[in-house]
Amino acid sequence: MPALLQKIFKTGIVTEPLGPDDDEIIQLVRQVDEKSKRLLGRALAIREVDAGSCNGCEIEITGLTSPVYDSERFGIHFVASPRHADMLLVTGPVTRNMEIPLRKTYEATPDPKLVAAVGDCAQTCGVFKGSYAVAGSVDQFVPVDVFIPGCPPEPADILRGILAALDRMPKK
Amino acid sequence: MQTLFLLMFSAYFLGALVALSGGRGNLGRGLVALAAVVGAGAGFALGASVLLSGAPFVLSIPQLLPLAGGLALRLDGLGAFFLIVIGLVGVSAAIYGFGYSAAYEDGRASLRMLGVMLNLFLLTMSLVTMADNVLTFLLMWEGMSLTSYFLVITESNEDAVRAGVWYAAMTHAGLALLLAAFVLLMNGGSGAFADLRAGAASLSVTTRNVIFLLAFLGFGSKAGIVPLHIWLPRAHPAAPSHVSALMSGVMIKMGIYGIVRVALDLLGGGPVWWGGIVLGVGAVSALLGVLYALMEHDLKRLLAYHSVENIGIILIGIGAGLIFHSYGLTTLAALGFIGGLYHTINHASFKGLLFLGAGSVLHATGTRNMEEMGGLIKKMPWTAFFFLIGSAAISALPPLNGFASEWLVFQSLLGGFNLPVPEVALIMPVAVGMLALTSGLAAACFVKAFGITFLALPRSHEAEHAHESPLSMRIGMGILALACIGLGLAPFVVVPILGGVLNGLGGLPDTRAAFTSNLSLQTPVAFGQMSSTLVMLGLLILLAVIPLVMWILRVNRKLRVSDTWGCGRVGQTSRMEYTATSFAEPLRRVFAELYRPTKEVTIDFHPDSKYFVQSIAYRSEVMPLFERLLYDPFLRLMQSAARQVRRLQTGSLHLYLVYVTVILILLLLAARWF
Amino acid sequence: MIGYLLEFSQALLALLLAPLLAGFVRWVKSRLQNRRGAPVWQPYFELAKLFGKDVVMSNNASWLFRVAPYIVFASTLAVTFLIPLIAAPLPFDNIGDLLVVVYLLLLGTFFLALAGLDPGTAFGGMGASREMTVAAIAEPTIALSIFSLALGAGSTNLGQIVIATLTNPGVALSPGHLLAFAAIFIVSLAETGRLPVDNPSTHLELTMIHEAMILEYSGRYLALIEWASWLKLTIFFSLLANLFVPWGLALTLTPAALAIAVATLILKLAILGMVVAMIETRIAKLRLFRVPELLGMSFVLALLAVTSSFLLK
Repeated sequence: MPALLQKIFKTGIVTEPLGPDDDEIIQLVRQVDEKSKRLLGRALAIREVDAGSCNGCEIEITGLTSPVYDSERFGIHFVASPRHADMLLVTGPVTRNMEIPLRKTYEATPDPKLVAAVGDCAQTCGVFKGSYAVAGSVDQFVPVDVFIPGCPPEPADILRGILAALDRMPKK
Repeated sequence: MQTLFLLMFSAYFLGALVALSGGRGNLGRGLVALAAVVGAGAGFALGASVLLSGAPFVLSIPQLLPLAGGLALRLDGLGAFFLIVIGLVGVSAAIYGFGYSAAYEDGRASLRMLGVMLNLFLLTMSLVTMADNVLTFLLMWEGMSLTSYFLVITESNEDAVRAGVWYAAMTHAGLALLLAAFVLLMNGGSGAFADLRAGAASLSVTTRNVIFLLAFLGFGSKAGIVPLHIWLPRAHPAAPSHVSALMSGVMIKMGIYGIVRVALDLLGGGPVWWGGIVLGVGAVSALLGVLYALMEHDLKRLLAYHSVENIGIILIGIGAGLIFHSYGLTTLAALGFIGGLYHTINHASFKGLLFLGAGSVLHATGTRNMEEMGGLIKKMPWTAFFFLIGSAAISALPPLNGFASEWLVFQSLLGGFNLPVPEVALIMPVAVGMLALTSGLAAACFVKAFGITFLALPRSHEAEHAHESPLSMRIGMGILALACIGLGLAPFVVVPILGGVLNGLGGLPDTRAAFTSNLSLQTPVAFGQMSSTLVMLGLLILLAVIPLVMWILRVNRKLRVSDTWGCGRVGQTSRMEYTATSFAEPLRRVFAELYRPTKEVTIDFHPDSKYFVQSIAYRSEVMPLFERLLYDPFLRLMQSAARQVRRLQTGSLHLYLVYVTVILILLLLAARWF
Repeated sequence: MIGYLLEFSQALLALLLAPLLAGFVRWVKSRLQNRRGAPVWQPYFELAKLFGKDVVMSNNASWLFRVAPYIVFASTLAVTFLIPLIAAPLPFDNIGDLLVVVYLLLLGTFFLALAGLDPGTAFGGMGASREMTVAAIAEPTIALSIFSLALGAGSTNLGQIVIATLTNPGVALSPGHLLAFAAIFIVSLAETGRLPVDNPSTHLELTMIHEAMILEYSGRYLALIEWASWLKLTIFFSLLANLFVPWGLALTLTPAALAIAVATLILKLAILGMVVAMIETRIAKLRLFRVPELLGMSFVLALLAVTSSFLLK
């Protein structure tokens, strides 16, 4: 225990401050209404849905909860059940097998809710476009509020995208 | 009081007569039920009047059976209390039985026998509480056992008949023990209880000890103590449900009545080890009862094992009382007895309620197997609600009645630190631990029983098409549910009454005012205070205030009904729910040393490939400990002894004549010399 | 009159402190993980958000599903009226002693488990089954710890226990009390769903005990249940703090004494919170079937506590 504490104190806080979106890659599809912004602005519960991705985006998303990117400092935390969730973080082109589960997840989430599509695959099906296993991009099945392009996008960009949906994006 | 007694007697008698003529159809069943209701109600009123007036009711007809003192009845406080218990459950069960026995109109069971035996059962049980001499007591006791035997085998299927055999054998073994105990107690004199009471002090210590042990085992086998409880899980499920409620709720309490009557009243208490045995057996029964109940998925067997558990809890209270009594700490002794007796009436009400509920479920779905039920809360809302009250009560959740009596038993055990001998005093914490574990496990078991039976989706076709019980059955359950709530709301009324019951018994002081203070209960030396009335009030206020505050603060009130969240899969079937076996599985693993579960998995593979499975059958059995350790060897011994004796029966008439001649000569010689 | 005011404000204080305590434990954990973490008052924002969300209910669930959150919340809130948070003795002491407190908490667990079974999901059943197992096995430890405390104080009455320790300070260091503290500490971790028994921040359903039962809840129901679980944490920590280290409790109802009481309560809760956060950082979750071993150890500690109280009396 003492060795662990020593190591912890020696390392110190490693969280990096989140800068603004310099490359302007976040695409806000619609302006989120005032009520949702006010309600979800300080405490957001996210349910991540893998609608057929290659898991590249997932690895970046798991980086969000690491000490370096620390999504929790913005009040964002991940939950297991869509009933607890306020935002769905959808990755991957929607495969035929995941079409119904994605819709059901969306239905299971209580209002007000947001959807963020992460990665190129979620927006345009990416490299899997035209495949027999792919049913379409995410916005063909659930209404998306913000696109976060990239293959895969950086955790910092994912974070900026989520905050953009809440209108809490760090300003330049 | 004389009129009430005559009313009770004649109602039961007439009910039996009416049933003798057929007891079929709405009129027949209705008259039988009415007779039982009137009889039980009159008994209740008789008991209540004895308790309220403080004067016992006496009736003696010495000419009836002049052989051993004739018929003598005397209803004192203790008997009156048990008569009230009989009355409460009797009324509810009789009303319930009117609707329930309609299912027997098709000839599955003899309504005639059901009606006759039900009334005679209630009659003989009531007379047991009033018996004032040995003859009356044993006669009525045997009558109670016989009538209940016939009631057990009403639905003459194989299970019921086998259960009946077990029951008859064990109850008569118990009777033999009781006979021996009473003969020793009579010591050659008359059988009147007053004489027994007076003469008990002059018996030798060994005789008193032997009497106590015989009586404890005899009455205990009726009550269902471990290891003499074997008949309970067989007989109670086999009987019709209102009979199960009566047997489990009331008849086994007659064992408790007997123990208190003999040990405390007639013998006047004894050395410490008496109470120690009662306490120890009670604690073990409680724990083993609930542990075996956890593994059951037959709803009525589960409830039967819980009866064993609750008898154990009652005996813990009574044992503690006896221990304190032997050290002269009479106020604490009264506390222990009050706890035990309070739990008696509480158990009668919630166990009766639970059995009636199980009967409703059986009536609606045709099965007792919990694994085939589910979703009944939507099909049978009233039954579900009453069963929920019963489950919460038996799990000792405040503010219902189970909590009040368990609190009293806990407090009497906690008073153990007053005992002068530390070695004895150390039993008390162990008993506290066992009692706490029992009540925790009981709560777990009833989450399972209520949850699997009533909640989620129906697991079988029958459960899907279940219907609510008829009105009479709902009324029967409702009465007992009200009793559960009432007994929990007003412990400050019940405890003084129980104090009055115990006043003077075995030298106990008047504790009518000792344990209450305004609306709360308090234990000696202000050890603890509790008011479940105010707890109930507080909970109700909070339950009203919280939604009100939420409404005032304009909390979002929208609600949308949607599919169950199943991780996105397409449908939900009952195969995806938890089952009773899986619910109890963690506990099965924790207590695996006791259960020694065996597991058998049979997998049918597709003939073409072993990667495709057609069906899987899983079978798990819990080791029946007492059958294997105690009863099987005993039965084998009996059978081998019987085989040896059978050698005498050669079938040859000549040999039999020789036997007769030899015995005759021996008897003549014996008569000559003695 | 002033007694009732005290009771009401005590319950309100517990209600308001509960999210702060949960947030504090989370904050310490995140700092120990070398990250900034959410601010200490994050749970308040979460509650506000949940009360504003819609409820989505399963079509298999019954009225029990809708009533259970209120029963859980009411029973837990009822307990806060009975425990000595800032003052002792309390006017409601004759309504409930330590046994009533324990069984009221069991009432909440009972209905939460039923609510887990109601929608008919496998995870709900699993959570209910595990929760009842842990609750059942923790019961004897709690009962015996109550016994050992009551032995020392001569009463199961919470106010009496506190006053007995205050009038006889040496008893706080007696083996009975120390062992009982250890036993109740382990049971608190089990009952409130902290590591090593249950991970409060897990997303893996197969590792959940408490969380698994509430997977179907949303909106205001979820808010009530979450608040009740934080309140339960506050209750257990307050019991640990005020029964074993009662200094700071107000014995008279003067504003100064009450202010000191509130301050010491917050201090004690903060210390316990830090200890639990450090334990949660250091220890991994136990396999489910090792939990009975842990609880068995706490039972032995409690039994030793009682025995030593008896023999040293």
